Amino acid sequence: MSARAVSARAVNGRVSSDVAVIGFAEAPCVRHTNGTTNGVEMLVPIFQQVLAETGLDRRDIGFWCSGSSDYLAGRAFSFVSAVDAIGAFPPVMESHVEMDGAFALYEAWVKVLTGEVDVALAYGFGKSSAGDLRRVLALQLDPYTMAPLWPDSVGLAALQARLGLENHIWTERGMAEVAVRSRSAALGNPQAQLSGEVTADELLAEPYLAEPLRAHDCAPVTDGAAVVVLAAADRARQLCERPAWIAGFEHRIDSAEFGGRDLTTAPSAAAAGSAAGAAGVDVAELHAPFTHQELILRDALGLGESARISPSGGALAGNPMFAAGLARIGHAARQVMSGQAERALGHATSGPALQQNLVCVLEAQ
Amino acid sequence: MAAEMSGATSGGMPEEVSGTRSALRSGSRSGSRSGSRSGSRKQRAAVLGTGQTRHRSKRPDVSIAGLCREAVDCALADAGLELADIDAVVVGKAPDLFEGVMMPELYLADALGAVGKPMLRVHTAGSVGGATGNVAASLVQAGRHRRVLAVAFEKQSESNAMWALSIMPPFAMPVLAGAGGYFAPHIRSYIRRSGAPEHVGAMVAVKDRRNGAKNPYAHLRQPDITLESVQASPMLWDPVRYDETCPSSDGACAVVIGDQAAAEASSGPVAWIRATAMRTEPTMFSGKDNVSPRAGSDAAAALWHAAGITSPLDQIDVAEIYVPFSWFEPMWLENLGFAPEGQGWQFTQNGETEIGGSIPVNPSGGVLCSNPIGASGLLRFAESAMQVMGKAGEHQVPGAKTALGHAYGGGSQYFSMWVVADTPD
Repeated sequence: MSARAVSARAVNGRVSSDVAVIGFAEAPCVRHTNGTTNGVEMLVPIFQQVLAETGLDRRDIGFWCSGSSDYLAGRAFSFVSAVDAIGAFPPVMESHVEMDGAFALYEAWVKVLTGEVDVALAYGFGKSSAGDLRRVLALQLDPYTMAPLWPDSVGLAALQARLGLENHIWTERGMAEVAVRSRSAALGNPQAQLSGEVTADELLAEPYLAEPLRAHDCAPVTDGAAVVVLAAADRARQLCERPAWIAGFEHRIDSAEFGGRDLTTAPSAAAAGSAAGAAGVDVAELHAPFTHQELILRDALGLGESARISPSGGALAGNPMFAAGLARIGHAARQVMSGQAERALGHATSGPALQQNLVCVLEAQ
Repeated sequence: MAAEMSGATSGGMPEEVSGTRSALRSGSRSGSRSGSRSGSRKQRAAVLGTGQTRHRSKRPDVSIAGLCREAVDCALADAGLELADIDAVVVGKAPDLFEGVMMPELYLADALGAVGKPMLRVHTAGSVGGATGNVAASLVQAGRHRRVLAVAFEKQSESNAMWALSIMPPFAMPVLAGAGGYFAPHIRSYIRRSGAPEHVGAMVAVKDRRNGAKNPYAHLRQPDITLESVQASPMLWDPVRYDETCPSSDGACAVVIGDQAAAEASSGPVAWIRATAMRTEPTMFSGKDNVSPRAGSDAAAALWHAAGITSPLDQIDVAEIYVPFSWFEPMWLENLGFAPEGQGWQFTQNGETEIGGSIPVNPSGGVLCSNPIGASGLLRFAESAMQVMGKAGEHQVPGAKTALGHAYGGGSQYFSMWVVADTPD
């Protein structure tokens, strides 16, 4: 696909960002894969897919950047073996973050902005099924004062949900309605893990998993991977009919002290959203692993009633650790590339209780 | 342009847009087959300050956060700045299993002054310290931030690195004997190929440990070490003896990197970042050269090209190279292009890598004296900057104007490097 005819962008008025998302692929979101924890089996097919769709060869990629976690994989240097999936010889310009692939995309975007490369690829992968995810994530906490108590990730999210309920900021029904919308939207996403038509009444009749959270309030445990390709101005127009131009890309982190901030808000999401230009997007793909966290994020990002939320189903329909945030940006970009949206937002989170948040705003031109 | 850039400013720091950048951006940007391009719009970046801890085998007096903060406070003091002046933080460390904390940067956000700011966590195996410096530099070079803090650490005493490296993953060769066992055959292969005399490795150890004695932060400081004492030390992994091996250290390093305006506003000397380079290749593949990996020589070639260096030996005044086992000094001298293939050991043997030689290597004592793994690469980068800033104290190479910082990791497959100098170009 080297010579697709593309109309030049108008150059009057405001200047668009000159780096765009031009490709996205994700592995099926599933409860368990038989592949290794280094992700190679999930990555090879989606690399092939995204390269075929963009008409690129792996040697066209000027910079590779990945996101993954050794603790999820249960071994040191899991990302080292993942390099086997990219065919890294002759040697490649490459880097890795111990974070969601969305942050790898950020590093790749910065690399393109320096002018060193034209085309960059970011990927994330996680085999969440390899361990007991709830307990694994407890090791993200302060190692001296918190982690020895082993408060698991669902329990911490339940405390956050409880605070919102007791302060009348949200309701259990409002949370269930988030899950209803997610499952229904995911019917249109062939890679989703959970989808279907359910009602809030049906969901609210289910027992608690970690009061006040029910199973539907929590993202499933998911194995998966995602890949996003970036290109600079001219290359993007050559390679993609309707690139998703990056208009704003920001991330912030909040305190790790649970008593040190209001857990019913996400100041880092608000700050990142404000700086990235979240206001007025047509659609937002939110990385909210718990229903009440979507409600927090919608408020923090100032998403009005007109914004469609997570048409892919979002993280509640499939939450591959270290890939789900990148996949949200990929789905947001796909909304722009397909012409379904003029301006879209992809969001990623990291850490317990929405501690760290990233916002990428994409637009048609 | 101004409208576009205002949206790219982070951390609450207003950012000016230079006309230079606009002019550069309108230039040619045709991409090559390799995906790289020539029409750079990179902005200048410089090291404003460096800091490091007093590296020891155990630092029970501080937590992980306290260890990092010790280095950060030193770097900020060196740069004449405060945490409030920092726009973004980049954290690097080697595998999380080394301390038993998953993504410790999340817990470190408060201690590193990152709350409300962007924070990235880099992990590229043993090269991570260098990659941390390079990623921090790229945030400035891309025009994202004015001042970025890079922090790297390892607190090896809080867990067991040998255990973390000795797991048995499926479909991968277990290391079993730690890093020394992995690299010893590569060293033996180098000796066989080059015909280097067996005592050259011990010479490196003597030089580095004596250099370390001049560095107040070094973990191992052995002014009285001799060739005979090194050669009498126990053989660990033939041909690597105990005294030719890096220690296991607790330590951290921090570097403040700023843009041109920040550098020009600095009251003290700065180290201009002339070029950075990173390359990766797989751990194992048919045809891999473990003695002189192509990822290393490719990275070096890209680095020298970007820095406008045609003869590294003549144009680099001092090199801080990642040498965890003594023999890697001559091996990397060849891989980096300082010495012709097979002749690196002659530089060591002739004293050319000592302070005062033609290419002083690791005047700080290097990894052989201090090895807080995740920080070791950033220490090489920081020490190279200290040299061109004239701040290296007793281990200063007189008149150093241009310096190399180098790190490698994984199975000799991850390489990160930079060149710093006392002038911007």
